[in-house]
Amino acid sequence: MTRASFGLLRTQAFRIVLVYVLLFAFSVSALLFFTYWNTRRTLDAQTDQIIEAEITGLNEQYLRLGIRGLDESVMYHSLHPGQGELYILADAQHRVLAGNLDSWPSITNDPGNFVEFDYERRLSGIQDSRRARGRLFPLQTPGGDFYLLVAEDVHDRDLTQRMFTTTLPWTVALILMFGLLGGALMSRNMLRRLDSINRTSGEIIAGNLTRRVPVSGAHDEFDALAENLNRMLDRIERLMKGLREVTDSVAHDLRTPLNRLRQRLEQSQARLSLAGSDTSEIERAIAETDQLIATFNALLLIAETDAGTARGTMTPLDLASVAADVSELYEPLAEEKNVTLNLVRSFGAKEAMIEGNRSLISQALANLVDNAIKYTPPGGQVTIRPALNFQSVDICVADSGPGIPQEERPRVIERFVRLEASRHSPGTGLGLSLVAAVAHFHNAQLLLDDNAPGLTATLRFPKPAQRNIPGPAKVPQIPSRDAAE
Amino acid sequence: MRILVVEDDLEAQRYLVQGLKESGHVVDDAADGDLGLSLALSRPYDVAIIDRMLPKMDGLGVVAEMREHGNTTPVLFLSALSEVDDRVKGLKAGGDDYLTKPYAFVELLARVDALMRRRSPVTVKTRLQVGDLDLDLLTRAAKRGDQMIDLQPREFRLLEYLMRHAGQVVTRTMLLESVWEYHFDPQTNVIDVHISRLRAKIDKGFDTPLLHTIRGAGYMIRAR
Repeated sequence: MTRASFGLLRTQAFRIVLVYVLLFAFSVSALLFFTYWNTRRTLDAQTDQIIEAEITGLNEQYLRLGIRGLDESVMYHSLHPGQGELYILADAQHRVLAGNLDSWPSITNDPGNFVEFDYERRLSGIQDSRRARGRLFPLQTPGGDFYLLVAEDVHDRDLTQRMFTTTLPWTVALILMFGLLGGALMSRNMLRRLDSINRTSGEIIAGNLTRRVPVSGAHDEFDALAENLNRMLDRIERLMKGLREVTDSVAHDLRTPLNRLRQRLEQSQARLSLAGSDTSEIERAIAETDQLIATFNALLLIAETDAGTARGTMTPLDLASVAADVSELYEPLAEEKNVTLNLVRSFGAKEAMIEGNRSLISQALANLVDNAIKYTPPGGQVTIRPALNFQSVDICVADSGPGIPQEERPRVIERFVRLEASRHSPGTGLGLSLVAAVAHFHNAQLLLDDNAPGLTATLRFPKPAQRNIPGPAKVPQIPSRDAAE
Repeated sequence: MRILVVEDDLEAQRYLVQGLKESGHVVDDAADGDLGLSLALSRPYDVAIIDRMLPKMDGLGVVAEMREHGNTTPVLFLSALSEVDDRVKGLKAGGDDYLTKPYAFVELLARVDALMRRRSPVTVKTRLQVGDLDLDLLTRAAKRGDQMIDLQPREFRLLEYLMRHAGQVVTRTMLLESVWEYHFDPQTNVIDVHISRLRAKIDKGFDTPLLHTIRGAGYMIRAR
């Protein structure tokens, strides 16, 4: 089966239709069966009533005129039958004495009850086998036992019955066929509309905020949904743009005075050093300014990454090669600290592909490796391990340092949180927050675990091309200039 | 060398112009995009330093307009904007380098020097030489005097970059951007460790050191 038809069977619309079609087919069958059963019962009751009346009449004849009179009466009735009444008077040996049947039919000798039997009818030279329903009436006379059988032809009733039994399967089959066909068409239509909404959402998630859900113009509930979604998207786009403008103005309004401050300090330093004075105070001030700038940059980057305003910068990239590059950058530093930095390659490059921003992921990984080396005592180990799981692509950085106590782990991801033990060492306290923001930006998770001893930090990225989310931005998109203004 | 500075923050502009002049450059300045563009188009400059956000015409617009007129003057963008994708936008619009404010003046000067060097007619070099250090770009062999030097691929790229900018200050950020293609500031100065490794390979056991640390700025490779 093709993927499309699998998709069709999985739609909610098709399932609902299927349930309704089955219910409908069941009720139609039940209705037909009940009608059939009721009709037959009514017809039989009518037949029985007629037979009963006839027997009562004949019985009166018998009581009044004896067996001879009955014989005549039967003879008379046989010659003038109403609507297919059958009469037979027979003796104890079932020899026919009078009546319009040639021979005694094969019936059980069950007097008092209604029985059904087949008989041969000859009408204008054509003989056919028909069904009759009748009642046996035993007569005990001094001259021996006789049997009176009064019956009514029920051939028409049987025809009706056959009509019901042949119609029923056809009806059900037709209901199922049309129902399923209609269901498939309906679900395909709904699926198509939903697909367009899903596709659009995927593109928007991938960073193209200018996309809108198409409105078909049918003014149905899907159009209402699309219009509402579009209104929501307009709002989100406005908010994102506003957020971007705010970040840009904050960046601009803080960086400009910081820039002047740094320039003035540099100028003073130059002047003092020309005059031969001691510039160490100024140098310290410059270093403090640089630290301030670094913190501000980190905060701004976290804010921007968290807001996801730069989603257009995602490209396909290979996590294994990102890991290799970062490992290569930090290897001499680790060696200098007498820490062994291992890069474990456990899968082929092709499988480690994700959609992401290379610079952000490299920076996040660099932060993790930097931390790991910083906190691992000489002689320890730091391992970078990209790993391919069933549903995710992981990059794991494990160290043999002191680790982070379990209850502290959620806290260290918060901004500016630095554990007591590391308060004296340099850093902004924003490293892990940035890693968490980068993870969030990529719909990835940052997991902190015990490496016994040490810390394992894992970045868990979802595998690209998950169901219903079309590969985000197949062409790496750089927002156009107009979009930036 | 002639440099154009287009910057609307007048104090920053004054400092920049003064610093560049003290470094021996001839500097023109403009405080808005319109004036900047007409200057850039009417006079020959070796480098243009253009702020990203300018009155009248945005920095990106100025550069796009310059490129449209066939002007190939190297452009260094200065930006006070947030940066996740801003650098990409700047380079895409035709900028050659990108520096985020606040910057250290030495960083700016080193980048301006590098851009000027790029301007000089590029003869395809297959061999770089500084003193008795010899780098063959085809066979990827490094040799000092008669002694072969065994280099890792990244060390080779690092040395190549330094030698292409021989006699110039090269900052740590420039190395990180050009050799590693990273545009972020690692918390620890990893570049210093790479440099000291490289230094151990090319300078150790030789009388004259070639790789010099320029205090407060970066590194420089030079024969004397």
